[in-house]
Amino acid sequence: MSAVSHSPRNIPDRLESPFKSALKSWEMLLIIVAIAIFVANSFASPYFLNPWSLSDATFNFTEKAIIALAMAMVIISGEIDLSVASIIALASTAMGFALQFGVDTPTLVAIGLLVGVACGAFNGMLVSGLGLPSIVVTIGTMSLFRGIAYIVLGDQAFRGYPSDFAFFGQGYVWWVISFELVLFLALAVVFYIILHRTSFGRSVFAIGNNPVAAQFSGIRVRRIKFILFILTGLMSGVAAVLLTSRLGSTRPSIAFAWELEVVTMVVLGGVSILGGAGSIFGVVIAAFIMGLVTFGLGLLNVPGIVMSIFIGLMLISVIGLPVVIRRVRARMAA
Amino acid sequence: MSLVKSLIATTALTAAMFSFAAPAQAQTRIALLVKSLGNGFFEAAARGAEEAAAELGDVEIIYTGPTEPTAEAQIEVINALIAQQVDAIAISANDPDAVVPALQRAMDRGITVISWDSGVAPEGRAMHLNPSSNELIGNTIIRLAADHLPEGGEVAILSATATATNQNIWIEEARKVLPEYEGIDLVAVVYGDDLSDKSYREAQGLMQTYPNLDAIIAPTTVGIVAAAQAVTDAGKIGEINVTGLALPSEMAGHIHSGASQSFAIWNPIDLGYSAAYIAHALATGEATANEGDIIGIGRVGEVMIGENGEAAMSDPFTYDASNVDEFAEIF
Repeated sequence: MSAVSHSPRNIPDRLESPFKSALKSWEMLLIIVAIAIFVANSFASPYFLNPWSLSDATFNFTEKAIIALAMAMVIISGEIDLSVASIIALASTAMGFALQFGVDTPTLVAIGLLVGVACGAFNGMLVSGLGLPSIVVTIGTMSLFRGIAYIVLGDQAFRGYPSDFAFFGQGYVWWVISFELVLFLALAVVFYIILHRTSFGRSVFAIGNNPVAAQFSGIRVRRIKFILFILTGLMSGVAAVLLTSRLGSTRPSIAFAWELEVVTMVVLGGVSILGGAGSIFGVVIAAFIMGLVTFGLGLLNVPGIVMSIFIGLMLISVIGLPVVIRRVRARMAA
Repeated sequence: MSLVKSLIATTALTAAMFSFAAPAQAQTRIALLVKSLGNGFFEAAARGAEEAAAELGDVEIIYTGPTEPTAEAQIEVINALIAQQVDAIAISANDPDAVVPALQRAMDRGITVISWDSGVAPEGRAMHLNPSSNELIGNTIIRLAADHLPEGGEVAILSATATATNQNIWIEEARKVLPEYEGIDLVAVVYGDDLSDKSYREAQGLMQTYPNLDAIIAPTTVGIVAAAQAVTDAGKIGEINVTGLALPSEMAGHIHSGASQSFAIWNPIDLGYSAAYIAHALATGEATANEGDIIGIGRVGEVMIGENGEAAMSDPFTYDASNVDEFAEIF
């Protein structure tokens, strides 16, 4: 009989206290960056700390941020939807087309949302029904949806939306609080609950981490992916209603190249582009950060090209920082 | 702890990147908002606006625009300008309709809004400055040919398509002023459809049909280049003068070869200069923009506000061997 000596092992219930882990989380980093940018803006421009200015600033990102909520879930599930901006174009064109027949505002909104859902269902069918890669499918539908808008409109525009339709993109709920902002925050709460408090949300994470394992665990992977694409379609429809109302007109170039800004928002919000990780809270803060940065630089009349360089640097540094910290820490521990 | 340190570093870096020195504010701040930055035409307009600001005194020109030439990106810039409480916005719009709600908000907050170059629907601005008018263009294209034909002669017009609205209006206006140019005989109007090869063949046809032809007038940039090439290839430089409307960068070679004595198009420097003058006059209340009002625009002269709040700046600017190289670098 040989004596086996076990060194005493201590297995903790939790790795760290919840407070400490919250402090080190991605969201905390984003909040600090947001506060830093807010403070820096206040010092840099005398016009920044004005309720109307701040309210105007929110219009620059709320529509994109609403799509980002649904996009976050699609990306967490390991897929991507690059057709969102083109869905806006098609939904807006459909609304403008219906307008020619004199439909009222509720019908216009319904048409915008329905076209969004239909486009999303089309994407979902190709991805989950035929099992095609979503990046290929949505690059295709990106051209397809906007192409239809161009065929209908050419170099023309639909205008003359009813005056009560203007409320969605230009109206205020109370004082400087716009309808767009309230809708975004309400949808953020809804998406938070869906993703973090329901079994549907757990399934989305499971699929993103390992779709095969998820399938064998009894999760209906294809069905859930189908629903996720319908959700991004629906949110693109919502954004189409808001943006069309804000512009008061429709052109086929509407919301051009927004898909990349939406994906940037999601990635900045800490959602892993490989799927399986991320949070709605992070995406919401990232939306505010991007809004504050572009508006703050706009107040200083920084040329747009410098602004995109700044956003690019911010994205790389916020994503790169945790990796660098982990490396440095590992080296110091060794 | 390294996390905290790097957070502090990030914060400091962000703050540093934002801490531009705030410039002393001028009496009147005019934003020259263009379709997109990095375009030679608009850089030239900005130079003109700065020139106007120097003449007016105590005026700051904020030359700005989005990177993407889209209405949405331009609205973000408009929001930033509203927040800065600029005195006037002079916009060349990416979309005549989509920017209207944002510009109306600017006007609600006391900002003077005018459009220039690429216009905005009337409800979104106080006035629109066109670089020229149909009457002035029609007159200019005939004058360009007549200037080099003191004894009179035969001229022909090489247009774009037979249905091109702009060209047809200009040709109509040109016919109206023709009697004022003694000895100038308009022998034909042909259509090259704005295609290089068709325009080239139409120009060849003109030379064969009218052996005494003295000038070809092409009020389209495709047509004028093709006609100049056709004249060069036929060895008729010096016999037939090609003129019309064109971009300096495309015509510089034919000006130097002598195939074209001169041609015309708007001058972006004058356009920016005039837009700044008008924005200043309206923002300071020195002028109003009701139909029939006259606004002085410095060295360019004056404009009269016409229908729909639109005004025409001047005759198209004439380019010849003396100035074409300078402008060829701009547009």
